[in-house]
Amino acid sequence: MRSRLRLVAELAGPLAVVAVVAVIGSTMSIAQQGNVTNILVTATIVVALYVFTGNSGVMSFGQISFVAVGAFAAGILTSPTFTRQTNMPSLFKFLSTTQISSFESLLLGAGLGALFAFLVGIVLLRLSGLAAGIATFAVLQITYDVLSYWDKIGPGVMPVVLVPVTTSLVVGALGLGVAIVVAFTYQRTRSCRLLRATREDAVAAQGIGISLFHHRLVAFTISGAIAGFAGALFVHELGSVSTGQVYIDLTFATLAMLVVGGTGSLWGAVLGGIVLGALESFLSNAENGVAIGSLHVTLPNGLSVVIVGVIMVVVLIFAPKGISGNHEFLERFLSERPTKVGTGTEPESIAKVVDEESPEISSPPRPTS
Amino acid sequence: MGTPSPCGRHTSGDDQSLEDDQSDEPVRARMSWIGHLVNAVSLGVVYGLVAVSVGLVFGVLRQVNLAQGEVIALGAYSLWMTQNLPVVVRIVICIAVCVAMSLVIQVIIFRPLRGASALTTLIVTFGLSYALEGVWTIVFGTNGQPVSMLSSLNQVVVGGNVGLRWITLVEMGVGGVFFAVLVLVLYGSKIGVMMRATAEDFRTARLVGVRIDRVVTLAFVFGGVSAAMVAILFTVQTPLVTPTLGFNLITLGLVGTVLGGIDRLGRATAGGFVVGFVNSMLGAVVPQELLVFLPMLTFMFVIVVLVLRPAGLFTPKGSIVERV
Repeated sequence: MRSRLRLVAELAGPLAVVAVVAVIGSTMSIAQQGNVTNILVTATIVVALYVFTGNSGVMSFGQISFVAVGAFAAGILTSPTFTRQTNMPSLFKFLSTTQISSFESLLLGAGLGALFAFLVGIVLLRLSGLAAGIATFAVLQITYDVLSYWDKIGPGVMPVVLVPVTTSLVVGALGLGVAIVVAFTYQRTRSCRLLRATREDAVAAQGIGISLFHHRLVAFTISGAIAGFAGALFVHELGSVSTGQVYIDLTFATLAMLVVGGTGSLWGAVLGGIVLGALESFLSNAENGVAIGSLHVTLPNGLSVVIVGVIMVVVLIFAPKGISGNHEFLERFLSERPTKVGTGTEPESIAKVVDEESPEISSPPRPTS
Repeated sequence: MGTPSPCGRHTSGDDQSLEDDQSDEPVRARMSWIGHLVNAVSLGVVYGLVAVSVGLVFGVLRQVNLAQGEVIALGAYSLWMTQNLPVVVRIVICIAVCVAMSLVIQVIIFRPLRGASALTTLIVTFGLSYALEGVWTIVFGTNGQPVSMLSSLNQVVVGGNVGLRWITLVEMGVGGVFFAVLVLVLYGSKIGVMMRATAEDFRTARLVGVRIDRVVTLAFVFGGVSAAMVAILFTVQTPLVTPTLGFNLITLGLVGTVLGGIDRLGRATAGGFVVGFVNSMLGAVVPQELLVFLPMLTFMFVIVVLVLRPAGLFTPKGSIVERV
């Protein structure tokens, strides 16, 4: 019973946060709503990052490549064909004539992200540790370079423009909701549990016959799908995209969010994305000048990066598990006590359990009873 | 903040280093393969030095210091701030600044993180690099500062289609001497033996009385010195210091380190050299209109090497893969 409750909380917690953010956002001005939408979309990318890195324990610096591919594909194919013919004259024929709706482009983004991630994963996922980090970083560099200069698949050094702006606050919130549900559902699968076993002890997991490569590839592909989907949301939120927007700065920002939230839980990914996203959004607004009460403050350009960087460093040194402590929402309070299985299901005894429970008992996810 | 592009800027750096008040293309066309080779060696040495500073710290602590790039950047900015002083004084100040900064990073970041995994430190120092890049942007401006440093070294020694410049010789000399000193210290002094023992087995070394703190400090001092040398050699060739300079250098340097085999200093250094060399050579071979795809080619090369030899290009087959 309690484990069922925990499961509900695991999904409902992040979704509730998204809903709250969306409701708060809807009371704001149009310009502010754009910022909130941006936070939600960025949090979607963080969820994508989490699906791979959180579950596998392998750091990837390449996930933004899938965001880039999703954003560019969705942006190009939904922008009006006449602008494509003038702005991107050397485009492949099918790219310059095909026109799809925004909704279709979200699916396309997810599909392309998954495909690209799958292909990259086949080549790279036998690597671990530093080599994997470097190799995924190389993927990011290659994607950036190709998208920036190959004018048959994109606008080259120019940005993709005149993309229909369809990611409203509601769509952004729904998008993040979908990503959370996908990540949660994946977390319940056998493949993900096996992957988590490899994260805890790669050698032992392989010793009992778990294929490191196979399960990493599954996670990587799903992560790529969410990333591509987020990329499509991203381009429809801004109405344009350039390669510089989906490169190292975004990689750093989303990585910082994941780390600050706590790499090991979905709750942490969502929380980190939203909390740090809000802070970053506020700071970069303040760099353009912001009124705090009667005071007009303009922060120096670049300060937001400094603050986010310092927060990331401080969190990693003093609280390496992030603000979520690598726990899912309410996980610690709703966990079954290992000693008295099946008792203490009454609500009033929960409080007692909390008092007695030591914090480290509840970390690994357990199967549904 | 500008977006860093590790390879893009190197090409421009190379272009600048090649120029004799002429456009890029005639110089490129005029140069023979020996000329390209000389340039490639020159860039290789710079990245070899970057790799030394990463490899030393990794050897002792099994941790990655990406913030080393910002040490280089600060060194370069120190050269900008001391433009009116004699060259020798500037070099001394640059080395002092780099060593000091290196030690500060050691105390603030690496001491609390002792025992953390290589990836954790990679991410922490990634964050630190970004924060410092922001600091440089605020303090020194986005567009970079021109530094005049020993520009006479850019004069040609052997002209014609070889195009050998003094700076290349100086680079090779400095790189060679520094590496020789390093080897002498590592293999000929007590602290060097301690250092190698620490690299071999951290806990056992401590058990038998090696003063780990001293060893770590020494590694960071050497890292600082090599960063200072990179700062000096690089600004001679590319007299513009931008906030992204450090990050650009360190990413490719780290790539080289892992590529060569981060487990051993010699292999790591060779890896750094290979990446710089290959990048420069590809830049010479690739046709002008495809030069924009140079980063793609370089990183393709990196991926191919990593997939075929995950433990490093120079790590013998069959040896234990990465202990991290």
